[in-house]
Amino acid sequence: MIKKNVLDMIVIDNQELSNNYFLLKLAPVDSSQSLPYAEAGQFVEIRVDKSPTTFLRRPISINFIDFDNNELWLLIQKIGDGTKALSQLKISDTLNIIYPLGNSFGLPEAQKSKLVLVGGGVGVAPMLYLGKVLFEKGYTPDFLLGFRSSSDIVLMDEFKKYGNVHITTEDGSFGEKGYVTNHSLLNEPIQKIFTCGPKPMMMAVAKYAKENSIECEVSLENTMACGFGVCLCCVEKTTEGHVCVCSDGPIFNIEKLTWQI
Amino acid sequence: MADLRVEINKLKLDNPVLTASGTFGYGHEFSDYIDLNRLGGYLVKGTTLHHREGNPYPRMAETPSGMLNAVGLQNKGVDYFIENIYPICSQYSSKAIVNVSGSCIDDYVACTEKIAALDKIEAIELNISCPNVKQGGMAFGTCPKSAEDVVAAVRKVYPKTLIVKLSPNVTDITEIARAAEAAGADSVSLINTLLGMAVNAETRKPILSTVTGGLSGAAVKPIALRMVWQTYKSVKIPVIGLGGIMNATDAIEFLLAGATAIQIGTANFIDPQITVKVVDGINEYLDRQGCKSVNEIIGGLIL
Ligand SMILES: Cc1cc2nc3c(=O)[nH]c(=O)nc-3n(C[C@H](O)[C@H](O)[C@H](O)COP(=O)(O)OP(=O)(O)OC[C@H]3O[C@@H](n4cnc5c(N)ncnc54)[C@H](O)[C@@H]3O)c2cc1C
Ligand SMILES: Cc1cc2nc3c(=O)[nH]c(=O)nc-3n(C[C@H](O)[C@H](O)[C@H](O)COP(=O)(O)O)c2cc1C
Ligand code: FES
Repeated sequence: MIKKNVLDMIVIDNQELSNNYFLLKLAPVDSSQSLPYAEAGQFVEIRVDKSPTTFLRRPISINFIDFDNNELWLLIQKIGDGTKALSQLKISDTLNIIYPLGNSFGLPEAQKSKLVLVGGGVGVAPMLYLGKVLFEKGYTPDFLLGFRSSSDIVLMDEFKKYGNVHITTEDGSFGEKGYVTNHSLLNEPIQKIFTCGPKPMMMAVAKYAKENSIECEVSLENTMACGFGVCLCCVEKTTEGHVCVCSDGPIFNIEKLTWQI
Repeated sequence: MADLRVEINKLKLDNPVLTASGTFGYGHEFSDYIDLNRLGGYLVKGTTLHHREGNPYPRMAETPSGMLNAVGLQNKGVDYFIENIYPICSQYSSKAIVNVSGSCIDDYVACTEKIAALDKIEAIELNISCPNVKQGGMAFGTCPKSAEDVVAAVRKVYPKTLIVKLSPNVTDITEIARAAEAAGADSVSLINTLLGMAVNAETRKPILSTVTGGLSGAAVKPIALRMVWQTYKSVKIPVIGLGGIMNATDAIEFLLAGATAIQIGTANFIDPQITVKVVDGINEYLDRQGCKSVNEIIGGLIL
């Protein structure tokens, strides 16, 4: 198990992207400290000091870690007060995080196999770091990213560094029109699918994987209080009963879930 | 460096800082964050005779300066605790206290008997105040007669330190505290969570699967403090105070209101290192105030 750290971080960059998304880049306040290793699929819990209405920490996936520059990237969508306060952080503001939390995506053995990383909306976030980790292990992953419209597309150039990028938009303004589950890429033989996004999308992806006997892992986003397995608030019903999404997950093999798909 | 030691009946604590049951797992989950041995002790999560799956998700709603939970005592049962967790607890010098829950007197007694056999567990906290289970739980803690019955039954089989955890969801908490004292409790801890509710206006649905749940966190502090003070004045046994303690100053306020020890709950989620910070903060306060021992400020409210 990777040690969990409570870290004070400093804002290196906070870029407003399209559609209420922003990319927050952080580094340890103590610049002599290098970011400890984290696995793909893990997340952080951020204390949002600047929002008086935000009492609990906010869980956010690791979007990318640039170990060369000692930077942690978070891709965040403005939803409510907590994420809005984060979007307003300025360069050199500080914030406290717990890092890294949760389990990680399971990486397959054979490097020739076709791996498809399906992200929808802000759920594309963990796919970038997963893509990088896979790329460094010698895989060429296929990213299948779904957005509502071309103006929502984020981090395209980053994804391209680590694999082939396939896009769907609901309005057809870029890539293939429709949902990710309609994309032609899925007609090819696939060894494993990794997915993160809105629950209806993940369920559709899981259903497709199940029907086609493709191994599939999903990243769940149940609401959390602690983020490290002590409050039992974030449970998902699985074949083994209630388990914590924050510590036994957030990554689950669909075989373990009790979704009606 | 002031003397931080306090005593809850036979239970001797290095300092008055404990953790609240259900917010600290089994303790070892915090070992990446803090040195567990620096705590006076820690309350492990609610343990029942049999395995419990708890309530369906969603179980949590954030509220102004607090949160509602409806976990419903999910735990793997007392035998699991004895086999898998007790050996881990035994590695720490800090005292583990087991929070015993149940839905009928026989279950409380059977669960307690099993814990009583464990050498290194010097105390139990009897939870007669859980708002999140259908049967038992809080029902025992909201009527003096049933509180007295369950405490008396457990007292018969438990010779070590017996702490009874009280529910704030009553008209007069001192009445229940006195009933527990009369039935042989060595200490009372308060408060458990306050019954509350959260609604999503857009969907018109309750946020919690159980509709209602237990409120904790900073929001409950004034109520908890008031109840600790009232209880301190009406019983002779030591009072353990909790509810909304977020920092050392909050903890000191509870000590002044009459608590011999305090528990930190929801604050652990926001700062997993808060417990040791509170230990240090109490110590600094005592030095600043020129006190040699923490016992000098317990109940030291100046009226
Ligand atoms: C493991 C994990 C990883 C995550 N990764 C990311 C990420 O990389 N980027 C990102 O933008 N978001 C991510 N999220 C979601 C993010 O945590 C929430 O959007 C955030 O907590 C909202 O906080 P807020 O204060 O802005 O909004 P709030 O005021 O808390 O909520 C606004 C509205 O959104 C709803 N809501 C909030 N959180 C959730 C949730 N988890 N599930 C369902 N409904 C919810 C609330 O009920 C409310 O109606 C992740 C969540 C989890 C559990
Ligand atoms: C998620 C959660 C789970 C809890 N589980 C238990 C429990 O199993 N047994 C118990 O006696 N109290 C339980 N409690 C109540 C706390 O121990 C404590 O009494 C309450 O939260 C008030 O303190 P706080 O405001 O410091 O959190 C729980 C509280 C929370 C937030
Ligand atoms: S959020 Fe507390 S156990 Fe998962």
